[in-house]
Amino acid sequence: MPNFLTHAERAVLAAAAERLIPATDSHPGATALGVVDYIDGMLSAFLVDPPRIWAGGPFSGRNGGGATFEAFSPLGHLEELAWRTRIEGSLGIAQRERLGPVTGWQQDYRDGIASLGTDFCDCGDSEQDVRLSALSQFKQLLYVHACEGAYGAPEYGGNRDLAGWNAIQFPGDIQPRGYTDAEVSGRE
Amino acid sequence: MKDCDAVIVGSGPAGATAAHVLTEAGWSVIILEKGRNHLLELDAPFGPMNHVSNDEIKMVRRHFLGPDPWLEPRTYRRTEADGERLDIGDVNNLPSTVGGGGFHADGKLPRFREEDFKILSHAGPVEGTDIVDWPVDYAEMEPFYGEAERLIGVAGDAAGNPFASWRADSYPMPPGADMYCAVLTGEAATRLGYHPYRAPTGVNSVVYDGRPACNNCGFCAYYGCPIEAKGDPVVPLRAALRTGRCEIRPESIVTDVLIDRTGRKASGVRFLDTNMQAHEVSAHHVVLAGGAFETPRLLLRNEIGNPDVVGRYLSFHFQTFVLGIFDHRLHGHRGRAVTHLMDDPIVGDDATAAAARAVGLPFLRGGIVEHGAAGQPIMEATHSPSGPMHAQLMTDSTLRDCMAAFTMQGEDLPLATNRVDLDPQVTDVYGLPAGRVTYEPHHHEIATAEHWIPRLEAIMREAGAGHTFSATSPALPGTRGDRPGLRAPMSRHIIGTARMGDDPRTSVFDRWQRLHGIDNVMCADSSVFPTGTGYGPTLTIVALAIRAARALL
Repeated sequence: MPNFLTHAERAVLAAAAERLIPATDSHPGATALGVVDYIDGMLSAFLVDPPRIWAGGPFSGRNGGGATFEAFSPLGHLEELAWRTRIEGSLGIAQRERLGPVTGWQQDYRDGIASLGTDFCDCGDSEQDVRLSALSQFKQLLYVHACEGAYGAPEYGGNRDLAGWNAIQFPGDIQPRGYTDAEVSGRE
Repeated sequence: MKDCDAVIVGSGPAGATAAHVLTEAGWSVIILEKGRNHLLELDAPFGPMNHVSNDEIKMVRRHFLGPDPWLEPRTYRRTEADGERLDIGDVNNLPSTVGGGGFHADGKLPRFREEDFKILSHAGPVEGTDIVDWPVDYAEMEPFYGEAERLIGVAGDAAGNPFASWRADSYPMPPGADMYCAVLTGEAATRLGYHPYRAPTGVNSVVYDGRPACNNCGFCAYYGCPIEAKGDPVVPLRAALRTGRCEIRPESIVTDVLIDRTGRKASGVRFLDTNMQAHEVSAHHVVLAGGAFETPRLLLRNEIGNPDVVGRYLSFHFQTFVLGIFDHRLHGHRGRAVTHLMDDPIVGDDATAAAARAVGLPFLRGGIVEHGAAGQPIMEATHSPSGPMHAQLMTDSTLRDCMAAFTMQGEDLPLATNRVDLDPQVTDVYGLPAGRVTYEPHHHEIATAEHWIPRLEAIMREAGAGHTFSATSPALPGTRGDRPGLRAPMSRHIIGTARMGDDPRTSVFDRWQRLHGIDNVMCADSSVFPTGTGYGPTLTIVALAIRAARALL
């Protein structure tokens, strides 16, 4: 898969995401969960066709049926306009500035990572926390995307080896198996 | 020669039902739907598209069923004193896609009760509100309710709700599997003297009408059923297509209702495709079914309908969320999101009457209480703190797997000042003015929520919750969520923006849901509801659409 972020940017992003979702004995941290792959996959969604915005349906293949999540869904051209604007920004293109100029996530990440500093990976935990907290908007954007990467379907690049779902005892998508009535109604 | 007998604007429960009734009777119809088609193939044999899935990123985070809030923004303010708007984006959005709101709903389909159609007569006026009686009563609605339940396929227990109004038939299917968390809270509610019952749900509990039984996957509300165990809206749309007299045109947004020279007849509609090319469809009848947000937006844009009423009396449900944290896992991800309801806050009791008197109101009418589970993992995570606490909270799953939730859909009394109008600046991608919500609750809704929160929390504790807390949407005055810049109410139950009635001076549509003054324009959606009630609107939308469409024939 093509990347948007450089190797060095990915390293800073991994260290930052790890502060937001740190590893414990029973829960992998953001890095091991593949949060950076998720975010970079989103930032480079339009470098592949169809773009990596919506996984396919109806089944992942994890619980029967074909693995159709893997074939991403094509976007309509208005949907492409919206998602390119969100990811790439409006870039002075009139059609993308109907509601005013939009700074895209690509720029948000590039700027945010730069602001954390090239030495971010070498800083101690408390210094990393201070720098992240100084960028509160970027921290919030990164946290929401880190949550999506940690606990979303693995076809988007995160939740590596289902480690996010396993850590929280969530079975994930379950079609077409579903649950039996006894599994729904019983205590166990 | 017209293009069709009826052109229908919108393919959700209202438009789909009207299409089914009209085509069954031999009419030709064209349905124009502004969203994309992810529901069913538009060529025979009209099989499933297989696009939707158990995927929180796609279905919840990334607007797969639309509308994209950047392409089709809506705006929101509490009152005119807020200026032009407080927020732009997702304001009470329902899916914009073939199947509309029926596609994503989890399909709780209660009927209204007899008194809901006659609140003014039943309970008297409330100062500062415009509550009115409906021009139709329960006795007239009952056969249409039955027909709607059989059409969609509703699973329920006819004897389960002691407060239900009479019914001629039992439900076509027995209820589906009870969720463990709802069993706990339901039993607790019963012990405390309340009356929970197994929710009537438009989801198959057995094979019905050629579609499979639900397999309890749990990805219900906000998703879309990957196996077609949910009947609405696929059943009426497929039935209409099978007659050979129905055409569905997705990605076609209606911009204008065309009125002929007399000013008393519609001749069809104009719409834009996604390349912004304009087209027209001529028809003997126009059926509006875009929902209670888009229908008044279209009428206002066209200056059609009583200008003193169109857009006004916007009602939601005042939602009260009561959450309980248990010491063990409830596996609320298995099952139909909500499997039990109770009507006690609608019916009230002596304590409710006393609480109403204490705040100077004739009544406090809450809504159904949905006994269900908490959300899904990404929602849980974004509501949990980042940093050192994160992993522990997520592995314990305090906010998901160990949590049960009540949602009370409180009745929201109609106010003339609560409305949908056209934003003076913000436009959608088609260049049309965005719809704008101006909304604040009446003190009835606030007092009702304040009355029921401690009572519902007591049920949660009786069920075993060690800790309970509550929130409402919109936020109660003085609580943490009540601050400037706040978002619109979360409710997706949108009601009442072009009410029906016998008097053209105080209503937009007549009792047969035909536009006063232009009688070949009919509205099939919840815009016409004169009051909101404390029940989910969908079954009543479908029943009314059957009644109104049949009256056209």
